[in-house]
Amino acid sequence: MAVSAFLTDASLCIGCKACEVACKEWNELPDDGFEWSGHSYDNTRALGASTWRHVLFLEQKQSMGSQLAGINEPFRWQFLSDVCKHCANAGCLEACPTGSIVRTEVGSVFVQPDICNGCGYCVVSCPFGVIEKRPEDGRAFKCTFCYDRQKAGLIPACAKACPTESIQFGELEVLKQRGKKRVQDLQERGYSDARIYDPQETSVGGIHAFSVILGEPEAYNLPPAPEVPTAYLKSAWTSAFISAAVIFAIICAAFAF
Amino acid sequence: MKSGAKLKATEERLEGIRKAAAEAAQVPGGVRPSAGSPQKREGESYYGLPALKPPVWTWEVPLYFFLGGIAGLSACIGFAAQLLHGAPELIRLCLWVGLLGAAICPVLLIADLGRPARFLNMLRVFKVRSAMSLGAWILAAFSGCAFLGVLCFELLSRGFTNPLFTSLLWLGLTSAAATGLLLASYTAVLIGATAIPVWSENRRLLPAHFLTSGLGCSAGILELAGFLIPATQILGFAASGIETVIEIFLEVRKRPVDAPLHNGRSGTTLRIAGLLEGPAALLLRVFWGSVPAGRYAAATCFLIGALLSRYAWIWAGRASACDPHALFRLQRKA
Repeated sequence: MAVSAFLTDASLCIGCKACEVACKEWNELPDDGFEWSGHSYDNTRALGASTWRHVLFLEQKQSMGSQLAGINEPFRWQFLSDVCKHCANAGCLEACPTGSIVRTEVGSVFVQPDICNGCGYCVVSCPFGVIEKRPEDGRAFKCTFCYDRQKAGLIPACAKACPTESIQFGELEVLKQRGKKRVQDLQERGYSDARIYDPQETSVGGIHAFSVILGEPEAYNLPPAPEVPTAYLKSAWTSAFISAAVIFAIICAAFAF
Repeated sequence: MKSGAKLKATEERLEGIRKAAAEAAQVPGGVRPSAGSPQKREGESYYGLPALKPPVWTWEVPLYFFLGGIAGLSACIGFAAQLLHGAPELIRLCLWVGLLGAAICPVLLIADLGRPARFLNMLRVFKVRSAMSLGAWILAAFSGCAFLGVLCFELLSRGFTNPLFTSLLWLGLTSAAATGLLLASYTAVLIGATAIPVWSENRRLLPAHFLTSGLGCSAGILELAGFLIPATQILGFAASGIETVIEIFLEVRKRPVDAPLHNGRSGTTLRIAGLLEGPAALLLRVFWGSVPAGRYAAATCFLIGALLSRYAWIWAGRASACDPHALFRLQRKA
């Protein structure tokens, strides 16, 4: 099977949260509490165990593309529906000690709920802060890329519900081309800060749920250069072995006296 | 009705207060800010919300790090003592401390799981690239080796002399020492190889710190049990000496990513822990190392410091995960 992907286009998102609702409904996810965050219209705040799509609301003091009116006091709204990135080199998958987290035939990263024992190591191994342990359940949860729907030949619930085609679902290579084209179009139309967010140069090696954004990724809480934590293993183990050798030598010296 | 000019002045004052609040994380002339508001804007982020998820590990995990270090290094000291003809009673204590640790550690780890009944899933796969998977196997192997060592040692010391038992004792002691060193150090690799900046940026330091801590604690337990011999004194000196160097290194090196090691609950605890493990234990040995009370005090200092340090490092990880600015700055710099 081909590798499935999401292209989420911030320039098309209207912040309706239909994706959040559709995801909750289809996946039967619990609520995230009913609290006001005070952060614009975003009361969801972040992705988590019970939030697999999260719409960000940015109020920026910048003009929008080549707008003509109101440029003395520039202001723009930006929305982006964030989701698990389904990394090419996934930190959570590498870290999982039970083999609960697997790579599916559509290239997505899937947590098998019947295997997970809630050790929590995936939580600290995700460079995007996506996967989370649900306290009342004990296991870790994240976006399944609607694996069940894909198996049945349907597109993921969020993409299905999106009214503006800001969330596009398709084959990775096709969407990559479409994303490039979209950024080109946007830049030609005056959106000079349009770019693709897909960290391919780092050890993450690209993501299967990438986005078109305006401005710097930090504004969307997207890490500019995420690394898969296994990249740190070699130096950490090297230090461990050298330290162990030194400590053992000290112990032997102490008893040789 | 306010005049336009008056309204403008009020608005400007409000803007001024907001700007000052964003810069200083404090409302000028206002009440003491409650948790998290106003937030200091140190750079771009999404309302200062965490970009990573903090570790969810509860109190059992740092305690496991502490006990695992003691168990592993005790087994290692036992092996070295056997190799270099140490006192049999000292070797016996080392082996029993190792075995006791190996018995408590899995209980702590299982208690921390979200689904404790599924603890055996840990041994469902063997993944070299997952420190957690390796750790589960290391702990299982250590338990077996420590048990073999104790069993053969007790049989031999009770007069059941048999060449098979002797060779099995050596097998148990050697493998327990090797897996013990792994047990005491893999926990540092475990947190070093994560997405949490303060852990991953200290991944080279953590194994040295965890192993030294384990060494000092094991030697301290031997001293507290009455083995006030030169060997435990040397080990105590070495451990608190290395810890002093680590403590100075942490204090001198000022990196933005290390902020949780200096500030807040984690920073305070780590500083106290570092003082107890390093300078305090070292000075006690230098000045009162010749009297038993001084050595007991030094050993106790070191043990308390080592325990506090494990908690401080986990808390530092939580603080680090909640600071998006430090994360972004680190990634932009690299």
